[in-house]
Amino acid sequence: MTETYSAMNLFLDFSVIGILILGIWLFHWPHRAKLGNLVAAFALTCAAVLVLYRNGIMYPYIVLMSLVIGSAAGYWVAKRVTMIQIPAMVAFQHGAGGIAAFFLSLAELMRGTQHLGTINEISGLLGLAIGALTFSGSMIAGGKLSNKLGQAQLILPKHTLFVMINFVVIIALIIAALFAPVGSQIFLYILIIFMSILFGIIFSIRIGGADMPVLISFLNATAGLAAAFCGMIIENKLLISCGATVAASGSILTYVMCKAMNRSLFRVFVPIEAPQSKPAVKNKQVRVAVPVEKNNFEKAVEIARNANKVIIIPGYGMALAQAQFKVIELASILELMGAQVKFAIHPVAGRMPGHMNVLLAEAEVDYDKLYEMDEINPEFSQTDVVLIFGACDVVNPSAIDTEGTPISGMPILMAHDAKKVIVCNFDANPGYSGVENTLYENPKTIMLVGDAASTANSLIDALKVQK
Amino acid sequence: MANLLLMAGVFLFFFVVGYLLISRIPTLLHTPLMSMTNAISAVTILGVLILFSAASTRTEQIIGSIAFIMAAFNLVGGFVITDRMLKLFKKKGKGVQE
Repeated sequence: MTETYSAMNLFLDFSVIGILILGIWLFHWPHRAKLGNLVAAFALTCAAVLVLYRNGIMYPYIVLMSLVIGSAAGYWVAKRVTMIQIPAMVAFQHGAGGIAAFFLSLAELMRGTQHLGTINEISGLLGLAIGALTFSGSMIAGGKLSNKLGQAQLILPKHTLFVMINFVVIIALIIAALFAPVGSQIFLYILIIFMSILFGIIFSIRIGGADMPVLISFLNATAGLAAAFCGMIIENKLLISCGATVAASGSILTYVMCKAMNRSLFRVFVPIEAPQSKPAVKNKQVRVAVPVEKNNFEKAVEIARNANKVIIIPGYGMALAQAQFKVIELASILELMGAQVKFAIHPVAGRMPGHMNVLLAEAEVDYDKLYEMDEINPEFSQTDVVLIFGACDVVNPSAIDTEGTPISGMPILMAHDAKKVIVCNFDANPGYSGVENTLYENPKTIMLVGDAASTANSLIDALKVQK
Repeated sequence: MANLLLMAGVFLFFFVVGYLLISRIPTLLHTPLMSMTNAISAVTILGVLILFSAASTRTEQIIGSIAFIMAAFNLVGGFVITDRMLKLFKKKGKGVQE
């Protein structure tokens, strides 16, 4: 299958990859990223033209029909999906990529049983396994992200043992397929696919909703890896290089997300069995009802009106309440009143890396007002008031001052350093981690419990009246 | 063996290039980045094109066309959604130039 590459072909290959790299490189600047995306799409189109030109096509109608069906479906979904659904959409697309990878591996393996080299065959078998587990894992992740499946971790008895046995079985099947006689290989291929699909399912069901950013990044990496293995079956450098780049990207995002949650990859994927059945209540038997004073709201308005420096911390709760538009209206009113307003974005504020930035951009916040955690943390101490909308664990001081809670050591936004804190959350219950938020009991905190959108609306009205 | 080394080399080289390139991309753009790399992972579509360039059995054709549909879905959907997202990112004053 090795083609004799002329210098010209080599040059064309490298040009295509060069264009692709240029596209990714443009992502270093927000205002050039859109161009970067188009450049990358152009690179892949060039690659397809190149492949068609070199190899010709035997079944133009099948290709054309599949192309029309697939692209139309992709386009239709991509045009309709809302920004809050993006993580689910990306997960389902990883799934589609996984299917493509393992079906391609299967077709190549079936065709090439007699004349594939050992290396190509191993790559094909790995492509089968990784493609299939990317597919099923992504379906579970997509289901959880779109709320079609429960958010909770589903932990079976002996879950870890189960995962390990499944893994060993897949490896054994791959080895068996290498040595099996030609006629019986196909059954082993199908078994590998089924076992890998099962592996993807049991692997992902025990990962909870809040850990989805890690899972989705990880599946991004495996989708790239599967594509690279597909490339190794047919010894195509374009596939290998693109797959490797995607695998690198997914790995980086996985690492960034793990670091932001202060969890090792291992702990995300192998959660401690029997997870926080009892929330770690801090030295109190009964949860103290946060005093909801009648004049809380007036106090909050007063503070907001006199603030010069405001930081807004949005959390996923805000997005769920679809409150971002109201929150941003509030921000612009504060700006009109002369305050400086910044948004502090925790890396895991959304359901995938960078998700909150997209949600705020959709609500038309200028992106130069969006600050990363490390950038903004030193500024909290000079801030008059912090407004928190639907964020809990990411501002919980227990993460830095209490040992032994599930969030201990997690980097947080230092909201408690500000002069005043106004929390506009749905309730005063602990966040996903189950750890009481000590910020709520802080004397400088004002709780405005209720729906984030209506709280923001009331604040807007009150500020407008008194302006 | 030479082939293995070449392929492993290509993989490693682009893994490192990808790593260097992507680790400096601002977190602001991580969602569109993932969505775009997701579309790039549909490069398997090239593999299916190559598959269809030679005679295939009926089974291979069916398997291949499923792979092609899925890859096309991933490819087109990924780039379109990334484009939609990136259109949302604006900076005051600078307008929509560029």
